[in-house]
Formats: sequence, structure tokens, C-alpha cells
Amino acid sequence: MADQVLDAKGLNCPLPILRAKKALAGMAAGQTLEILATDPGSIKDFEAFCRTTGHSLVEQQNDGKIFRFVIRKAG
Amino acid sequence: MSADGTKSMSIIVTKGTLDWAYPPFILSTTAAALGLNVTMFFTFYGLPLLLKKLDLQMSPLGNPAMKMPMAGMHMGMPNIMSMIPFVDAGATAMMQNMMKKKGVASIEELRSLAVESDIRMIACQMTMDLFEYSLDDMIGGIELGGAATYIEVATQSDINLFI
Repeated sequence: MADQVLDAKGLNCPLPILRAKKALAGMAAGQTLEILATDPGSIKDFEAFCRTTGHSLVEQQNDGKIFRFVIRKAG
Repeated sequence: MSADGTKSMSIIVTKGTLDWAYPPFILSTTAAALGLNVTMFFTFYGLPLLLKKLDLQMSPLGNPAMKMPMAGMHMGMPNIMSMIPFVDAGATAMMQNMMKKKGVASIEELRSLAVESDIRMIACQMTMDLFEYSLDDMIGGIELGGAATYIEVATQSDINLFI
């Protein structure tokens, strides 16, 4: 179970990233954030977001409709 | 890059139509979310994007690339249509409606996220004088500056864009 869940379904670029950044800002290092999104662009964008910010993308799932990401906040 | 390794980006914002307001606000808010220090310099027709009350319009005039999805096709609009009253207002309403349906943020929303993200916003003093705007017309938290102010920022930024 992730420490916090962010429902970003129905939101388009760049809102899922902006909401995730906001959620992570309120969390402690090492905590995990689960994000649910429907924007197909979010797959590459969350990978780039994590590479640039140093947070780790620990899980990634795609059932064709909903994209699920789990990010661990950098310490 | 700053001394602590933080990267930075600057954008010169020169266009204020509904469609062209998007790229600078999308890129600046995203860059801030990725940890960059961001500066936006609003000049000429980009300056009204700092007005307290936004009233963004767009026009299909002279834009053959603007093809709206309609009845399963994509339709452009001949230039002569833009001469008919309310065609621009209609195109604007259609675009806003489409964006809402597709979960695209409004410019108002992106702009407040930009303010929240501590993006530095500079209004071009010369354009303020030219179009007779005062700081009271603009949202809070912005500063005034000129070309030299921007150039100084640009020399220290990793990414400099002109939109």
C-alpha cells in the first residue's frame, strides 16, 4: 500500500505531473505516492519527472486504460 | 546552473491569444515541478496574460493549421469567415469547451499554479507604458523590468525560450 494516492484520471498534460509534485511536497522522504492517470503521455512524463527530480519510480502498470505509477520520494 | 546545481529556465512570452498562452504556462509550471528555477518575461501581446481578469480570445484568421475536430473530420476555416461577426467568439468558445472536455487545464489554473510554484514573473516596463497598463491592473507578485533584466537572467539560465 502506498502512503498516499493521487487520482489524476481525466486530467491532461501537464496536470498529472503538477498534482504529483504538489502531493510529494507534503510527504516525507521515503514515503510512496500512488498515481492513477488516463493520459497516455503520462508514461513517458512520469519517467522523465523521476529522472529529473531524483524520486524513484518503483512501480508502473498499464491495463490499457488506466496507468498506475508508484513513486518513492527522494531523501 | 546555480551554485547548488539547480537548473534554470527562462521564457520570453510574446503572445496572448488563448491557444498561444498555453505553451509558456505548461512549460514553466512543468519545469518548476521538475525542480528548475523559472523566470517568465512578459512582453508585447504576452503582457495581458498578467492582467487580473483574463479574457483570452483566439482567431482562426490566417491560421490554416487550426483544424477543429468536427463530425469525425477535421475542419479548417477559410479566412473570409473570420470577417463575419462572432465567428472568432464562436471559435474561442468551441476551443474552451473542447479543452474542458479533454481535461486540459484553463490558463487561469495554470497561471495560479505558476504563482504557487514561485515562478519569477517579469512584466516588460516598456510594454506597460506603451499599452497604458499599471501594476494595479496586474496580478500580485510580479515585478517590472526591461531588456537588460531579462538578458541577465538569460545568461544564468540553462534553457532560454522565446514563445
